[in-house]
Amino acid sequence: MANISLKVNGKMHEVDCDPATPLIYILRNQLDLVGAKLGCGLEQCGACAVIVDGEQVLSCVRAASEFEGSEITTVEGLATGGKPSALQQAFIEEGAAQCGYCTAGLVVAATALLEKNPKPDDAEVREALHEHLCRCGSHLRVLKAIDRVVQGGSNNA
Amino acid sequence: MPNSASLNKSPGLDKWVSIAKDGRVLIHTGKVDIGQRISTALSLIAAEELDVDLSRIDIARTETGVDPDEGITSGSNSMEEAGNAVRAASATARRHLLSLAADSLGVDVSTLEISDGLIQSRGTNLSVTYEELAGDQMFGIDVDPDAPVKDPTSYDVIGKPTVTRGLTEIVTGQPHFVQDMKMPGMLHARIVRPPHYKARLKSLDDAAAKRITDSGCEVVRDGSFVAVACDEEFTAVEAAERLFETSDWDLSDGLESQDIYERLVINERVSLPVVEGVPQKEAVQPIASAPGDAAATLKARYEKPYLMHGSIGPSAAAALAEGDKLTVWSHSQGVYVLRASLSEALGMETEKLTIIHVPGSGCYGHNGADDAAVDAALIALAIPGKPILLKWTREDEHAWEPYASCMAMDLTASVDGDGKVIAWSQDTYSDTYGMRPRPEPGGAGPARLLPMQYREDAVTPLVPQPNMARHSGLHRNLDPLYIFENKRLVKNLVRDLPLRTSALRTLGAFANVFAIESFVDELADEVEIDPVTFRLNHLEDQRAKDVLQAAADKIGWNDPVPEGRGRGIAFAQYKNIQAYAAVAVELEVNDKAEVVMHRVALAGDAGQIVDLAGVTAQYEGGFLQAASWTLYEEVTFDQTGITSRDWETYPILRFDNIPEIETVMIDRPDERFLGAGEAVSGPTAGAIANAIHMATGLRLRRMPFTPDAIRAAAMQ
Repeated sequence: MANISLKVNGKMHEVDCDPATPLIYILRNQLDLVGAKLGCGLEQCGACAVIVDGEQVLSCVRAASEFEGSEITTVEGLATGGKPSALQQAFIEEGAAQCGYCTAGLVVAATALLEKNPKPDDAEVREALHEHLCRCGSHLRVLKAIDRVVQGGSNNA
Repeated sequence: MPNSASLNKSPGLDKWVSIAKDGRVLIHTGKVDIGQRISTALSLIAAEELDVDLSRIDIARTETGVDPDEGITSGSNSMEEAGNAVRAASATARRHLLSLAADSLGVDVSTLEISDGLIQSRGTNLSVTYEELAGDQMFGIDVDPDAPVKDPTSYDVIGKPTVTRGLTEIVTGQPHFVQDMKMPGMLHARIVRPPHYKARLKSLDDAAAKRITDSGCEVVRDGSFVAVACDEEFTAVEAAERLFETSDWDLSDGLESQDIYERLVINERVSLPVVEGVPQKEAVQPIASAPGDAAATLKARYEKPYLMHGSIGPSAAAALAEGDKLTVWSHSQGVYVLRASLSEALGMETEKLTIIHVPGSGCYGHNGADDAAVDAALIALAIPGKPILLKWTREDEHAWEPYASCMAMDLTASVDGDGKVIAWSQDTYSDTYGMRPRPEPGGAGPARLLPMQYREDAVTPLVPQPNMARHSGLHRNLDPLYIFENKRLVKNLVRDLPLRTSALRTLGAFANVFAIESFVDELADEVEIDPVTFRLNHLEDQRAKDVLQAAADKIGWNDPVPEGRGRGIAFAQYKNIQAYAAVAVELEVNDKAEVVMHRVALAGDAGQIVDLAGVTAQYEGGFLQAASWTLYEEVTFDQTGITSRDWETYPILRFDNIPEIETVMIDRPDERFLGAGEAVSGPTAGAIANAIHMATGLRLRRMPFTPDAIRAAAMQ
């Protein structure tokens, strides 16, 4: 066991854990941030995505200790004062989920994309979501939700 | 309303509707939300018929012993069963509350008006709220199935756009799923699965097991059922892997490598003729020779591999054994049947068992949810007093869920000189779709629960019997809606196929409609009649014709097809009595032999529409899932076991092949609800096959339509 420091959603946390523990288990079980989902544990489906220093990162394999000193943002950290972000609001309005298990990962991936590139074209959006799987077939609504924010001109994704 | 199984089982109004002191209305249902937005639709119905603001309606999670038993959430029946029951219950409650208000206010009921649960007498200042009238009292009356309901033209709520219930929580990452549950003192559990179906545990490595228990984890073993439970989830993950690596298994001969398509037609089978969608206990007649006036007679075989549900979140369940009671939190689609099955399997009285539905990852049928619930129950019983959260791994889900059976469809048909079908024969071959949990005569029910097959005490083997219900199991949508003369339809339930199977969205309908709709195009092509015209010529039902025409119009059927592309269309009515769906697809096959979908038009008729966005999402999502099955998916196996063990070995549709989809829903406010969740799947496969034919001249008859399959067809 070791003590590691993680900065998540702007807050520092001291966590006592096996340093090999993948980040997702720390987020979900020790920090009570269950937005990132365990989907495969193989970095194959995208359900566990979080933002680390502005980049989308899958959290189900890499050890939590690798993320010391980084800024980690989870889907819970995207809302401000309980108000969903513009992108989250667009997901809600487009009904861009069915069962919703993959949704947080998609919101995170699209947020990371729009922060770097507020006006992506269709191909760039699809490329950014390529490693994310959705089984219910909500893909088109996800694309529409992202497009709604892109067209809205808001870079406050 | 028509006779209601839901209300027959739970006639009391208090089972369905309760009014809290703060005025919130709680609706109870046995149908669970699996992403199909049933809770949104039910809340709209309740708000409309009760005249209560939508924001004050809650939908209870389904719990055995508390909420109505409405069987399984399956077969696209939720709107027809729960939707009608909640509508009748809400209308009964409204009428009853009005009558209570008239007595309480001393006025005639005809003077009363309701606004958001506040009842006022016109022209007076007399008023009373629902919660004041309800007080601490129960309704104490039965639901009147014929209680007057609102005229659709006077709707305030139904028909207006609404936000999906639960979506805000999902999108902002709040706890929602059974996987997110947390209880004080909870242990995280994982199963140590055998290498394959037939493997049995010889021994665990004692030293490895001791190191695991010394670290504070529990090891549970019962025969070949092995689990670990630890305070920390990742410790459980590592312990289960360590135990597996060090354990010794008797692998027997492994799974038999075989050509499933050959086995489908040569294995022992039960064959039954199907008439009007219903299997008959009669001898099967041979295919008659072509009628004398036949201008052309065609034969073709179509095939579909094993498919998996492939939920993105592996199945999970929580369980707690306290005293002689056991509580299980599960994303099962049928908490009552699971309770009955667990009761039989564990020898526990149903009264001691409680199963509470908590959402899981999308299921689309009988995935690992029920088995995970049994896993969790067995672990909880072995570690009483400790809440257990059991999660399957990705590999567990891929390799152990009950798949949709592989299938083969043999078709023969004749058309006359006018292009009329004058003889039609279809034999469908498949394993069972009916292995959901339930007790069985003779005690074979526990064989339906995966963990029971690996315990020390052997379970009674279960030989699946043919489902004899109308349009059920493998013969769902075997009977086409088209007016074909001299139909010969045969259901063949095939024995001794290698993989575990059960219900996947649409059951046999996906493959049956794929075969029918491909073959119809082959016939139309043979007699050189436009495929839309050919279908319209064989349909009598105007609603069916309207749907087919709507899809054709939306895609621009008669417009020139862009260079290099192909267009295809297909149609079905689910079970010939539920929602209608037509699918038109425009696609290309690129130089890598990949199918790239460009434009899709979906048209549907699901009767009266309550939640347009919800129904549309079911059509769109149903299309994309079925397109994924059609283009990419196939469960593979060899002697070592299932070889589709992750998303690389079982690829599915991704964002790079999502077409533009336009959906036209024909609203029928005066018609009954028709379940919409599965209507589009079969037509999707047919439309894609037909579009590939137009684009390339290749007629693909075995799914999936991968680049390899397309190249192989081109070589022939």
